[in-house]
Amino acid sequence: MVSFELSEEQRLLRESVAAFAIEQMRPAARDADERGEVPRVIVDKAWELGLVTSAIPESYGGFGDPRSALTGAIVLEELGYGDLSIALHVLAPRLLLYPLIDHGTEEQKKQWLPGFAGAAFRAATAAVVEPSMTFDLSGLATTAVPESAGFVLRGHKVFVPLADSSDVLLLYARRADRPAGTRPVDGYRAVDAFVVERAAAGLTIGPPEKNMGIKALQTHELRLEDLRVDRSARLGGEAEIDFARLMNRSRVALAALAVGVARAAYDYAREYAKERRAFGVAIAQKQAIAFMLAEMAIEIDATRLLLWEAAWKIDRGEDGMREAYLAKQYAANMALKVCDNAVQVLGGHGYIRDHPVELWLRNSRGFASFEGMAIV
Amino acid sequence: MIDFELSEATESVKAMVHAAAEALMRPVCREYDENEHAIPWDFVRFMWDSTQDSDTNLAARKPRKNGATLSERHVQLAVSIEELSWGDAGMYLAMAGPGLGGAAVAAAGTTEQKLRFLSRFRSGKPKWAAMAITEPGCGSDTSAIQATAVRDGDQWVLNGTKIFCTAGHKALMESEGFVVVWATVDKAAGRAGIKAFIVEHGTPGIMVAKLEHKLGIRASDTAMLVLEDCRVPLDNILGSPEVPKTSEGFKGVMATFDATRPAVAASAIGIGRAAVDFVRKALENGGTTIRYGVSAARLTAVERDFMEMESLLQAARLLTWRAAWMMDRGMHNNLEASMAKAKAGLAVTQITQKAVEILGPLGYSRALLLEKWMRDAKINDIFEGTQQVNMLIVSRRILGYSSRELS
Repeated sequence: MVSFELSEEQRLLRESVAAFAIEQMRPAARDADERGEVPRVIVDKAWELGLVTSAIPESYGGFGDPRSALTGAIVLEELGYGDLSIALHVLAPRLLLYPLIDHGTEEQKKQWLPGFAGAAFRAATAAVVEPSMTFDLSGLATTAVPESAGFVLRGHKVFVPLADSSDVLLLYARRADRPAGTRPVDGYRAVDAFVVERAAAGLTIGPPEKNMGIKALQTHELRLEDLRVDRSARLGGEAEIDFARLMNRSRVALAALAVGVARAAYDYAREYAKERRAFGVAIAQKQAIAFMLAEMAIEIDATRLLLWEAAWKIDRGEDGMREAYLAKQYAANMALKVCDNAVQVLGGHGYIRDHPVELWLRNSRGFASFEGMAIV
Repeated sequence: MIDFELSEATESVKAMVHAAAEALMRPVCREYDENEHAIPWDFVRFMWDSTQDSDTNLAARKPRKNGATLSERHVQLAVSIEELSWGDAGMYLAMAGPGLGGAAVAAAGTTEQKLRFLSRFRSGKPKWAAMAITEPGCGSDTSAIQATAVRDGDQWVLNGTKIFCTAGHKALMESEGFVVVWATVDKAAGRAGIKAFIVEHGTPGIMVAKLEHKLGIRASDTAMLVLEDCRVPLDNILGSPEVPKTSEGFKGVMATFDATRPAVAASAIGIGRAAVDFVRKALENGGTTIRYGVSAARLTAVERDFMEMESLLQAARLLTWRAAWMMDRGMHNNLEASMAKAKAGLAVTQITQKAVEILGPLGYSRALLLEKWMRDAKINDIFEGTQQVNMLIVSRRILGYSSRELS
């Protein structure tokens, strides 16, 4: 039966993550953006919250909490509300761990999961995005060519979070020996993932990238030049991975983060508009401003419902491609528009770095380009 | 638990209503568009007979054995209205039943009044109840209502002119129905002086002066009513006759809209879905498949437009379901009802206009229904509070402002 009510567990989880976002992340966000670095103390506190370890099964040293895309989305909205850079930094290990939990062989899980169940943050990451205007998840340009002992990886990746501080990475590549097909689904089926250690020959990690937003998050360019991996490095071993499903989880995650960023901007603009006076009244008392805020509120709620529905489908075991894809597109557009309007509501002050709205505008612009964040 | 799945009971109602919409509405909807003001009696009688015992019938308030259905009553109503409006929005609005007038009685009437005015919708011939608020000089600003109600002994004497009264003609002239007329008992009191009065069919002094010719929803009559010394019994006033110091009483009547706005949004969504379904099929027939999952840069303009239509529709639907669900849970939904109405009215206006555009010359032709849906859709951006009035309500709610602080 249709219901929009969070479970008691989801409500409590949301409350605790929201408190962390407001009390810890938000005060650190501006400085982190200016310095291009997430402070270690926040990273440690996030780790203590169990944001990464909770989903690791007990047999590998974690808490073994059941994973839900919907619950994950609720948590991510709050983290996005706190700060996008910090959120992506503290969750980066999930980029490796969640696909490992979903698709890894017993061997692979045993090898990698316990190392992330410890008391201190340990970085890990995944490489999906490629530096091309025509970058397409259903047609990756990075290839994996099978050879006798394993595979040869060749390609070029960007936007790889924490690549330089991770000692193990997950690399996504298209199997050169599989048919490309004409439908998007064929393209997804052709993708494999490989667990690769940082020191592997043929893997070059570039200096930190200079992005418009998410400046506190260190992202890197990766070059895969005849990177030879053993057969055992292939995620899932002989079994197929479900790359489309991983990317649908990513879409839900990104949409949820986008809603969080947008809500941050909306809240700030609304409170500012109630304080700022012009022509004898608060500017929020002018319809020109009030209606912008109303539209922001409606679109934030609408987007949240769209992505919740997509997450709910994924949790039910459905494919959810259409819903997740549409929700992510809608969320990317919405977040940009809401953040742009927030800057507009603040006028000249919105353009000044004393206020956070310009930071949110820069961060929100990224959602159209971000992909590959399978972190719910 | 968050859940997007309709209950089995609602799914079966949905399937039933959809079948009726497909069989009884679609084949004749163009005819009733062309013959404005003709009443689709066959359809009206069939729906009247088959919904007498329905849970979503506002008049049938008695608890049913099937508790699961009852707890999802407003969601089920929204789903049913979507199906009916998928069939034809004008014909849906022409359906007999308690309608807006009944909703006002349900929201602001006493137990005795509910029994007296609503029980007629459970039996006999088809009947309508309409709501008369708008006047030539005022629409959304109901505090400017000029129609007057003056107490004379054990009667109220009503005078004034009302326009845009949906189903007003059918309520007064074609059935044993009634119209809920809004009038002021004290002009100096502003909003607090506005009261709602039941005017029965056959009451002397109320006349249908004109039926409007409209852009769309032409199967639905939109009446101009003139009241000249129209006398109604004292206990035909909804709520208290007292003029309070605050506008609490007015708010009681305005609460009607918290229930009806999701219903209007649901109707809008039905039209939007008709257009989306049609365009999807037309594109498929023309060899265009919508490629969910490819990068945005590789999408064609038509794919992009179509995806936007789909997203807008689903966004509006989920906001509407949320507002309806809140009613089922007994939660105050003033903000969410206006959010849903504002979004749905605008979304389907955009969706249907884009649908006409995508189909090119075919979209503009009356050989297809797309142009009709575009005309029908627009009303949802206007009635039950225009887009702008609903944005104003949302604005006040999110900012915590009174109507004086944000006008």
